[in-house]
Amino acid sequence: MENSVEKQPFLKKVKKFFQNMGDKISQWMDKGNRTSIIFLFPYVLMFIVFIVLPIIVAIIFSFTYYNGISKPEFVGLDNYVYLFTQDSDFMKTILPNTLVFALVVGPGGYVLSFILAWILSQIQKGARTVLALIIYSPSMTSGVAMTVLWKIIFSGDEQGYLNSILLNMSIITEPVQWLQSPEYLMPVMMMVTLWSSMGIGFLAMLSGLLNVDQEQYEAAAIDGVRNRVQEIFYITIPNMKSQMLFGAVMAIVGAFSSGAIGVQLSGSNPTPQNAGQLVVNHIDDYGVLRKELGMSAALSVILLIIVYIFNRIFTSVFREKKGGKKR
Amino acid sequence: MRNNTGTKFNPKRFTKDQIKFYIIIVPLAAFMALPIIYLFVSAFKPLDELLEFPPKFFVRNPTFGNFVDLFQRSGSTGLPIYRYLINSIIVTLAVTALSVLISSMAGYILSKKKFKLKSVLFEINTLSMMFVSCAVIIPRFLIISKIGIINTLWAHILPLLAIPVGLFLVKQFIDEVPNELIEAAKMDGAGDFFIYTKIILPLIKPALVTVAILAFQTAWNNTETSNLYVNQEEFQTFAYYLSTLTNASNSISGAGVSAAAALIIFVPNLVIFIFLQSKVMDTMSHSGIK
Repeated sequence: MENSVEKQPFLKKVKKFFQNMGDKISQWMDKGNRTSIIFLFPYVLMFIVFIVLPIIVAIIFSFTYYNGISKPEFVGLDNYVYLFTQDSDFMKTILPNTLVFALVVGPGGYVLSFILAWILSQIQKGARTVLALIIYSPSMTSGVAMTVLWKIIFSGDEQGYLNSILLNMSIITEPVQWLQSPEYLMPVMMMVTLWSSMGIGFLAMLSGLLNVDQEQYEAAAIDGVRNRVQEIFYITIPNMKSQMLFGAVMAIVGAFSSGAIGVQLSGSNPTPQNAGQLVVNHIDDYGVLRKELGMSAALSVILLIIVYIFNRIFTSVFREKKGGKKR
Repeated sequence: MRNNTGTKFNPKRFTKDQIKFYIIIVPLAAFMALPIIYLFVSAFKPLDELLEFPPKFFVRNPTFGNFVDLFQRSGSTGLPIYRYLINSIIVTLAVTALSVLISSMAGYILSKKKFKLKSVLFEINTLSMMFVSCAVIIPRFLIISKIGIINTLWAHILPLLAIPVGLFLVKQFIDEVPNELIEAAKMDGAGDFFIYTKIILPLIKPALVTVAILAFQTAWNNTETSNLYVNQEEFQTFAYYLSTLTNASNSISGAGVSAAAALIIFVPNLVIFIFLQSKVMDTMSHSGIK
């Protein structure tokens, strides 16, 4: 095969690179840095094996046809081409679903958690601690572990908690299949995920808000900041930009990590009429159910790229005005 | 001190200005707490109250029946429930302890040592805070089976050890430890190991606690590993057992048992956080990405 011919020099380069690295590391160790290596090693090893390597494996397999049993076959960009041109579920529902879900839960949840943190930062300590705990507590367990709860609440028969309330109030006349009907599944997923999204990013922003120097606000008032909105944009956010950034990254990651929720809630993969199907579920669908690991890997790569782009766009808002006053 | 906009962040005591905030936040928090309260209530409801129509929110005759039922059940091959719980406890303790250890060790080096690749390594770590692990479950499966830890408890533990956010927080926190302190210790002939155990670790307890909580939450709530990497029941975890319960029982009568199991998952998270929340807040004030 032609690709094995071009592989040769590349492999040599890789080998040389690692030899150089090895030399450098041993030089460095001789300089009395042995403990540094020993201290770094466990984390770096785990990091490489379970974070870097999976990404590399995904990229490599995404260019192959692989069913898990026979040898992977190199197919170039076929998987990507197939996904974008042939897989109508992916283009028509799954990709749009994922983007909408991520937009609502990511940036939406982010704005919500900032507003909540902003309010909380202005009430006294005791009450604040209790309220912050309540708001944070849904995020302590993954949505998946809480599925049982949502299944009771949104149960499709008239004994489902929500159904019985709505029936009682005569808002609906017959029980709604919240988790099985395409039009309700997505909103329920978003609500559940938003509910549990006030996590570590929310805490970071809260503590950022609490640490903004009070004198700044007083100075700003003298400088002519007259209303709360101005104050948020001119004083509060610039002073806690780094926490805002941390919160943003956490919000995006959270939004994309909670993809399993639709399958869990509806109890089927694919979800009814693909209504709650996200890229994460499609990866499972290809990789676990259909055993098309190459296709699944291509989807993994696409998802990681989407997450990266989301993060870039989203965090650039706070990064671009990065001043020199930060340590 | 007051200014024109009346802003007072982090107030020490209650003032009338705060009423408007309470009006918004208290109903919202109550609304957010409802599902959790409902979980507690359902777990203690006897069967007849669960089947009642229309369902009542609160429980009238609380019972431990659901918990008793739960522990009388067994997995599909007859594995008793407490075994899932023991697996979960072992895995969670191991992940928590080891991830705190390795991230604090790495954090010390990345913060206090000078070498060429240092900033690159930290940048890579910060970048990988964006990493979404559920995107690469299949490649991870291939790696886990290649290493040969499939169907062991290691398959639960090892993939969860490197927590980029954890290392990030620890490193930011160690940055605050004055260099003079370390220099002074070095003058007295202290080695890295001594500095790490006797100076760094005691000073960064809040950050360690935060990493521990993060690790605890990911490990304790993890269902993915048992679902994909471990198909032998004797090595599966309690959270996974809970997820099979929810899939199997759509009926309300099974809901009591599921709610009891979900409560067992939820309560440790809550208790740990309540006790340690001030430490977490302390760490989060150093959480900024610069």
